[in-house]
Amino acid sequence: MNEMMPKPGRTHFLRMLVPAVPLLWLAVFFLLPFLIVLKISLSYYVTAQPPYAPVWDWGDISGYFSALSFENYRMLVEDSIYFSAFLTSIRIAGISTFLLLIVGFPIAHAMARAPVSWRPMLLALVILPFWTSFLIRIYAWIGILKPEGLLNQLLLFCGAISQPLDILNTETAIFIGIVYAYLPFMVLPLYATLEKLDESLIEAALDLGCPPWRAFWAITVPLSKSGIIAGSLLCFIPAVGEFVIPDLLGGSETLMIGKTLWSEFFSNRDWPLASAVAIVLLALLVIPIVIYQNSEARRLEEKP
Amino acid sequence: MSQRVRLGAVRSTFSPWNDPTAKPLIQFQSVTKQFSDTVAVTDLSLDIYEGEFFCLLGPSGCGKTTLMRMLAGFEQPTSGKIILGGRDLSGVPPYRRPVNMMFQSYALFPHMSVERNIAFGLRQDGMPAKEIGDRVLEMLRLVQLEPLARRYPAQLSGGQRQRVALARALAKRPKVLLLDEPLGALDKKLREETQFELMDLQNDLGTTFVVVTHDQEEAMTMADRIAVMNKGHIEQVGTPGEIYEQPQTRFIAEFVGDVNVLEGKVAGRDETGHWHVETSASQTFLTVDDPDEVLHDGQSVAIAIRPEKMIVGRHLPLSSPNLMSGEVWDIGYLGDWTVYRIRLDCGSFIRASRANVNRYVDNPISWDEGVQLSFAPDSAVILSR
Repeated sequence: MNEMMPKPGRTHFLRMLVPAVPLLWLAVFFLLPFLIVLKISLSYYVTAQPPYAPVWDWGDISGYFSALSFENYRMLVEDSIYFSAFLTSIRIAGISTFLLLIVGFPIAHAMARAPVSWRPMLLALVILPFWTSFLIRIYAWIGILKPEGLLNQLLLFCGAISQPLDILNTETAIFIGIVYAYLPFMVLPLYATLEKLDESLIEAALDLGCPPWRAFWAITVPLSKSGIIAGSLLCFIPAVGEFVIPDLLGGSETLMIGKTLWSEFFSNRDWPLASAVAIVLLALLVIPIVIYQNSEARRLEEKP
Repeated sequence: MSQRVRLGAVRSTFSPWNDPTAKPLIQFQSVTKQFSDTVAVTDLSLDIYEGEFFCLLGPSGCGKTTLMRMLAGFEQPTSGKIILGGRDLSGVPPYRRPVNMMFQSYALFPHMSVERNIAFGLRQDGMPAKEIGDRVLEMLRLVQLEPLARRYPAQLSGGQRQRVALARALAKRPKVLLLDEPLGALDKKLREETQFELMDLQNDLGTTFVVVTHDQEEAMTMADRIAVMNKGHIEQVGTPGEIYEQPQTRFIAEFVGDVNVLEGKVAGRDETGHWHVETSASQTFLTVDDPDEVLHDGQSVAIAIRPEKMIVGRHLPLSSPNLMSGEVWDIGYLGDWTVYRIRLDCGSFIRASRANVNRYVDNPISWDEGVQLSFAPDSAVILSR
């Protein structure tokens, strides 16, 4: 029997190995690139290959801190184009997230209340669009939204409008694109919490004299808070940095930060500035998550 | 018979069901409830009176919960009417019914403190904050939970949650309180205590209680009247004593308490009105005093005798009524009772129980002994259904 048992030291090593693999993965493919981007953001722009000059080599650490350049960050603050791009991105992502909640909640609610035998099929339907490439699906929206596109033809045919609507290359098109593309990320976490919601709680609320719509606000919404927050973060964060949808559907008018980032990198070839934009974007998105997590942790500690 | 003799423990001053002028508070009028593939309740009529502690008793799937949910408004009857205090409840949504329910799972709102759970119903009515506070305090006192007002449901024990659920359901002073398996989630000791607390509470408040339970002991202990349900219809409505001592069907006799059933055929009636029944359990006819039954000779019937009404002895006097003989097969000692399982000469088994009124018994009956059994004619009932 004893020979069958691995030696304690060995088990310990194996136990450490399992979390070490994903941690190593994150270190190599997330932390390291992040540090490289951070480093680039603190350097000068030069016309070269690669188009930047390092401020320090692996060797002269002494001169490192004094030679750091915060020039790119100053540029971000001084040139209002970046500030307004950030603002536009956050506004568009915020409105989109709100729209996603309005569209996603009824879908998730209906799915969670559907007969149990239907639910796997409904879930599969929500995920189904992922079978087609994201890029192709967004291109398809151009065909729907353009002046002579499907939507306008339908509306003209019905007689609802006499002139084709200008939807493509407006913010409306961006909202439509984001709501369409991100819907599964809103529906799935909402569904997960709503499915666990005990139906008898709603019945208890009704029984105590609470009409259904009030029971929704008093019981369903507070008890699905975690799903609402998870879904909103899952949609808001990538929507802020979204590049493809504003680029294809939004036209040149709307300047979102993802597009700015892209043009700094590829049109201007100003890698340091682009890296600075990326770092600020990351910080902007990480801070609210950290605040939320802290408050959640405090709430959980307080409770029992 | 039931007018002449009182069966079991009955509140002698309270029996509106025997008063032809009393108006019932709740009336089910030929209510049927059909779900897509099953019929849960079939053409059921039932009257419940104000101030009653009424139990719906039956095995799972008998329709008792559906009946209660129709009263609360969560299900609509497929046909028939439910009338509460003279008002037809058809189409009245649950949030407009003067009825509150205590859920089997308690259904306490996990994101609200005990106080806010109890206040929830009062807030819906737009009661002034001051009155809400007073009422909540009154309810907390009633269920003895004042120190826990600010706790959350997750921080309470099962028994405490049950009390919060009760307080929340009573806070609006409903005309009728519905309780769905109110003690189902409690352990045995706590359940017995809570049974009596519920009875006291109901007595003090005078609220009509309708309880759904599958536990016959619970129903017998608490109820003024019990409706025993089986397969969507009511088998019998009566006081616990009537249900136990005068079961009208074989289902009831077997569902409520322990019973011995002897199958036989009617072999006539003697001059005192006692029925003679021919069975394989005894060479002679068994005599049963059950004047309510209308039977004909040769009819197949069952005689039901409760174990505690059987007399066991090594040698019973020859004059004993309904003598049978057999052999002790098993003896179960329960402390307060001893249960004998006796194999009759014909091969069937009979249970007989004896109260252990003395601590010491000389020469007690033991395993494998030959014994005699007897029962009084009026201790048994004849079941033709």
